[in-house]
Amino acid sequence: MTTPRPLLVVEAEYRFYRRTWRGTVLTTWLRPILFLVAMGMGLGTLIDRNTNEILGDIGYLAFIAPGLMAASAMQTAITESSWPVRTGIKWRKNYWAQISTPLTPGDLLTGLMIWIFIRLLFVSTAFAVVIWIFGAAPFGKALAAVPAATLTGMAFASPMAALAAWIKEDSTMVALFRFSIIPLFLFSGAFFPIDQLPNFLQPIAMISPAWHGVELCRRIIIDIPLTLPVWTEVGYLAAALAAGWWAAGRQLTRRLLV
Amino acid sequence: MVESLVVGRGLSKNFGEFTAVDNINFQIQAGEVFGFLGPNGAGKSSTMRMIGATSPATSGYLRVLGMDPMTQGVKIRARLGVVPQEDNLDRELSVYENLLTYGRYFNISRADIDLRTSELLEFVQLSERRDSRVDPLSGGMKRRLIIARGLINQPELLILDEPTTGLDPQARHVVWDRLYQLKQEGVTLIITTHYMDEAEQLCDRLVVMDKGRIVAEGSPKALIERYSTRDVLEMRFEDRDQERAMPIIVKVAVRTENLPDKVMIYTDNADEAVARLSRRGVHPISTLIRRSTLEDVFLRLTGRQLIE
Repeated sequence: MTTPRPLLVVEAEYRFYRRTWRGTVLTTWLRPILFLVAMGMGLGTLIDRNTNEILGDIGYLAFIAPGLMAASAMQTAITESSWPVRTGIKWRKNYWAQISTPLTPGDLLTGLMIWIFIRLLFVSTAFAVVIWIFGAAPFGKALAAVPAATLTGMAFASPMAALAAWIKEDSTMVALFRFSIIPLFLFSGAFFPIDQLPNFLQPIAMISPAWHGVELCRRIIIDIPLTLPVWTEVGYLAAALAAGWWAAGRQLTRRLLV
Repeated sequence: MVESLVVGRGLSKNFGEFTAVDNINFQIQAGEVFGFLGPNGAGKSSTMRMIGATSPATSGYLRVLGMDPMTQGVKIRARLGVVPQEDNLDRELSVYENLLTYGRYFNISRADIDLRTSELLEFVQLSERRDSRVDPLSGGMKRRLIIARGLINQPELLILDEPTTGLDPQARHVVWDRLYQLKQEGVTLIITTHYMDEAEQLCDRLVVMDKGRIVAEGSPKALIERYSTRDVLEMRFEDRDQERAMPIIVKVAVRTENLPDKVMIYTDNADEAVARLSRRGVHPISTLIRRSTLEDVFLRLTGRQLIE
């Protein structure tokens, strides 16, 4: 029986993952719990005490839970696509071993994307379960947002893989993480509607796929109307995934087939 | 005539302005051990990567197992074994898991890999380390594991890029021994090395590369005959005696090299040359008589200047 080549990469990722899964279980479950406790319950109590016109009768916990689900998928995707590509080329060097077999750089990329997709399904489902346990939404609705959160993550996974293959220095990677991931997270609309931002920042926040993902998840879980039509949102995320995939394919080929 | 396993004609590889491989021609026959010999930066590794179908040639003709690496890389790599210069084993995984992971990339079933793994670990003398992690293994063990890994798909052609660089003498001999056995089994081997003894021991035929070009080609024996003499005399002198002896030495030698610490005298009959020099009053403090080696050929062709 012949397995398609990208799935052989997924298989290898899984074999490697079995060695390191303990650490990821902690982040998969602990991250949603910590965020919902600190932000939803802690900060939320303070916010809910003053009734406000922005959130209406939705509690803060219910408001941020879907947003955090999308933003959390983004974080997982970024971690899973950046360092593995980096170390695959530079430190673990497994990419070099892989391309000396029948695998191509395209196979490595497709395999990585499938692997991240599977990881995002798990992480987002775990997040949905935590949302439900916290009583922030009914289980069915939280679960219905898993595809949207997964797509949000994928919209970051491929561009990040492209960047990780393109950037030469590790210090550049670290700087990128430090100065872009946190703003992406904070201004994604997960914590507050982006129309609360200063006017000049709003278009910047809208460029990030995170905001589109947050909007989608919120629409599915708590029925807040979308700013843009649903297909525009989905299309935007899909376009980011496709553009990133194309760029990552190019960069990986350029780096590996020298 | 049987088509050669690997054919390169007018093959070149540029990296921007830099020409790593400059218009080289070679043919490698099935069953032979073929060497690419040369100093660092001669273009050996670049040539290896082109043959390994992981590096597109800039220009020229290249066929590996009758196929074009540019368009049929996947099929070529399925039938190749590659032992890279740089160790890219998965340090976190065990010896067995490394072979399993790599074997699966070739779509070999798990059952077949298990069978093959025990044979291969036996072959490279690592059976007892099957389940230990790779990280703590010695350099020689890692190298043997990479060789085993390169053989997992039963390749027709095994490409080894400096297989013994950085190994201690015992480990080198174990590797040579294994490679020699592979040759006996009919596996075609392509080896790059800058160790002359390695090339002399293993290679049926080799090319000497320098600055991206092939500067000589043939069997180790033929190369020595053509580019060196049968014997070499290495004479060391007291301070100024060397300069005084040179005019006499030149007359009895086929070729000489006047080095700061000694004179190399190339001759086809060392004993006779020593006697003649002695009769003419040349008295070194030490004389070493030895047979010519590939190293003499190599140094003659690529020079003594340090290339960096």
